[in-house]
Amino acid sequence: MRALPDRLVALLFALAIALTAPAFAQPAPAADPPAAAEPAAPALTGLAGALAHFLEDDFAETDTGIGEVAATADPRAATIIEALQDGRLSFSAEEKKVFYKDASGNLIDALSGAPVAAEPADLSDVRLNNRVRRALDAAIGGLSLQAREPAKRLQSAEAVFKSREGSVLPALDAAIAKETDAKIKQAMVEARAAVIINSEDASEVDKLTAIGVVRARGDQEALNLLAGLPAGSPASVQRAARDAVASMQSKLAAWATVQNAWYGLSLGSVLLLAAIGLAITFGVMGVINMAHGEMVMIGAYVTFMVQEYIRTSSPALFDYSLLIAVPIAFVVAGLIGILIEQSVIRFLYGRPLETLLATWGISLILQQAVRTAFGPTNREVGAPSWMSGTFSVGQINITYGRLWIILFTMAVFVGLLGLLRFTRMGLEMRAVTQNRSMAASMGIRTARVDALTFGLGSGIAGIAGVALSQIDNVSPNLGQGYIIDSFLVVVFGGVGNLWGTLVAALTLGIANKFLEPFAGAVLAKIAILVFIILFIQKRPRGLFALKGRAVEA
Amino acid sequence: MTPLMRILDRGSVIFLAVLAAATILIPLLNLALPETSLFHVPTYLVALFGKYVCYAILALSIDLIWGYVGILSLGHGAFFALGGYAMGMYLMRQIGTRGVYANPILPDFMVFLNWPELPVFWYGFQHLPYALLMVVLVPGALAFVFGWFAFRSRVTGVYLSIITQALTFALLLGFFRNDFGFGGNNGLTDFKDILGFNVQAQSTRASLFALSCIALAIGFLICRALVTSKFGKMLVAIRDAEPRTRFLGYRAESYKVFVFTLSACMAGVAGALYVPQVGIINPSEFSPANSIEAVIWVAVGGRGTLIGAVIGAILVNYAKTTFTSGPLAPYWLFMLGGLFVAVTLLLPRGVVGTWQWWTQKRRALAAAKTPAAPPTTQAAE
Repeated sequence: MRALPDRLVALLFALAIALTAPAFAQPAPAADPPAAAEPAAPALTGLAGALAHFLEDDFAETDTGIGEVAATADPRAATIIEALQDGRLSFSAEEKKVFYKDASGNLIDALSGAPVAAEPADLSDVRLNNRVRRALDAAIGGLSLQAREPAKRLQSAEAVFKSREGSVLPALDAAIAKETDAKIKQAMVEARAAVIINSEDASEVDKLTAIGVVRARGDQEALNLLAGLPAGSPASVQRAARDAVASMQSKLAAWATVQNAWYGLSLGSVLLLAAIGLAITFGVMGVINMAHGEMVMIGAYVTFMVQEYIRTSSPALFDYSLLIAVPIAFVVAGLIGILIEQSVIRFLYGRPLETLLATWGISLILQQAVRTAFGPTNREVGAPSWMSGTFSVGQINITYGRLWIILFTMAVFVGLLGLLRFTRMGLEMRAVTQNRSMAASMGIRTARVDALTFGLGSGIAGIAGVALSQIDNVSPNLGQGYIIDSFLVVVFGGVGNLWGTLVAALTLGIANKFLEPFAGAVLAKIAILVFIILFIQKRPRGLFALKGRAVEA
Repeated sequence: MTPLMRILDRGSVIFLAVLAAATILIPLLNLALPETSLFHVPTYLVALFGKYVCYAILALSIDLIWGYVGILSLGHGAFFALGGYAMGMYLMRQIGTRGVYANPILPDFMVFLNWPELPVFWYGFQHLPYALLMVVLVPGALAFVFGWFAFRSRVTGVYLSIITQALTFALLLGFFRNDFGFGGNNGLTDFKDILGFNVQAQSTRASLFALSCIALAIGFLICRALVTSKFGKMLVAIRDAEPRTRFLGYRAESYKVFVFTLSACMAGVAGALYVPQVGIINPSEFSPANSIEAVIWVAVGGRGTLIGAVIGAILVNYAKTTFTSGPLAPYWLFMLGGLFVAVTLLLPRGVVGTWQWWTQKRRALAAAKTPAAPPTTQAAE
């Protein structure tokens, strides 16, 4: 509460000036203005008093003046402080007035806000030195603490927390007293604690309380703050800080693990989305579709085209663009898949290696076709409003985009599981996976199952493309980035059932993210590749292999 | 039938004769004739043909394992590139003080990255014999270890193809890193000379071309000797019915490991000859797409024919050069993709394979007709 005496002094001082100043400034109607100005007097006088410091042409006085202007909480204060920072503030000692130049260069009376016609003869700039500039920065920080927009207040509270500038303390106290938003208030209290820990004249008790506040905050910034305690701090304060740092470090490590797990889950779900269609095709037909990545790419381009169409025809629907793109991408990619199956793959049954080569050829053709149609550069796919932004849980930040992709993946997975479990087609697909010739003998039309499976696998790749368009560049090479990872997921998980694919994708995703901090992204990836190469020696048919004679082919 | 006659059937003799003619004629037409002559072969063509011959050796090595043992490796480019890097390291050490930083020991990129001294795995590469040993040993050792693990646990078919692809992808990522010690993204380049001869010189290029042809001939003879022997029959048996071969008491995995390793060594030699002729080796040689492309050369020519692999490699690469340098360049990937589909669908035997099948069928038809002819003809035959 150091601000109170200061402000009291300023107020009294300003009152005195306000009563006398009009007499000098406006000689003609000397008698009645004081009475007329009575209702607005406190604010006006406060600012007038503060401005008087600038007339002295002395750095110490200017410094005081800045503090007082900032403390007035007057709407004009920000303009004046900004003008001073930009060197646009000037004064006339004779007229005892402060002026500033606005953006268009007009001279304006700082107190009345009215343009000045004739420039005073002895107009000179209010000069700055480093000390004054520091005070200015603090004053700007303090002013924005009381800004009308909540986001700005929160931002400036965070800025104070980082800068730990002692001079904003009065402004901070005033802001805390006024603040109604609990979250912003908390940020301000933390900022105040940061200032107190670093201030020289705060009492030991205050500092200990402040350390408690910062410790409760518990993030990396708080850790930095407590680790960098000023040299002269009392022993008890230093001890408390050390304790706090130790406990915060272990908590932060735990949060880092959670964060890695989250990233891993996110990566794993992307892998799952990209690989699950491949796993179905491979399971049922025993062929690897090298053009699977291109189906993903096509799904992403469908999203792009849907968004372009919505942008030009009905921008209001933009938030629904992804929802609209999902079925379209499924149908487009699925139909292309069925076309590929009917025109190429069905002639290659029993020759899985040739199928691999033929589908590779198809992938080259599709890539080049898209490159010819859309150009080789990245295409812009926007995020709907409900997918952008972040929120934090504890110490981790979660982007809505990633969260939705995980949820979407889960939905696709569950949907597919249901399809395989409860529909006639799913039953037929499982039968063909387990024993093709026996299924055929039972009257299942395997050729039709194959075509539909390939279409389904491609369609799922297409909707994976819709999701991936949100986190990756939409370019003709989009699919290439996922194809090898998807293969590895399929090979790792085995073709027995979808759970194998789920476990494989999440394991690889999480393992990758946990290795990254130690080894770097590239080495982590290499380690995973080597692991899979070794793993497949041990279990040549993956984690969840089908058992029985039919698989030995 | 002596072993030599077994190895050198009519097709092989014709092939070797054509190869010998090319080995002698192309360098001769390049070096001996003036540039104005109608028959003069420009130096850039010699280098281009040299490149094709290296690709042909790689194709031969793929045909040996895919055509005869049924192992589809989608990562053979890795062995090719490893051989190339071994050669590149020798060529880098030969630069000496002529590099940008004029460091007598360290290659330029190491100076640039502030490496204090030569890493241990670069030791010895200033000697060509050691480098040549590594050209064969490094790919061979990798293939042996990989094959030993993979074939013993009976990883076959699509699974094997996928992990070979993962292998080359892992190497690609690794070699892209600067701290791996192989020049990172830029790879090894700016070579000056090989055994004291300038790599850019016309005569050096002609000699390298001739050397590549000789290597191709030797590789071809080794492959022929292998596949026409009893060992070769075993390989085909494994390809066609691996479990049955195993039940008969043969160790299929040992055969496979041996052939896979041999094939990798051949690919390494191809890479080593390739690098001085194109003047650069960088990590993109490891890219999975390169390896798959090499497989299609073999498919086009006809797998299990050896000569077909060579012809396929040259045909496809000639087409690639022609198309990618002309106005049709944007359509080359359509062509290549179409080639993959068309060959697997319409020409599964490949060009040479189809030719062999057709002549055999004609002979069989002729043989079937003969009994209808008067019996005297048969006796006369």
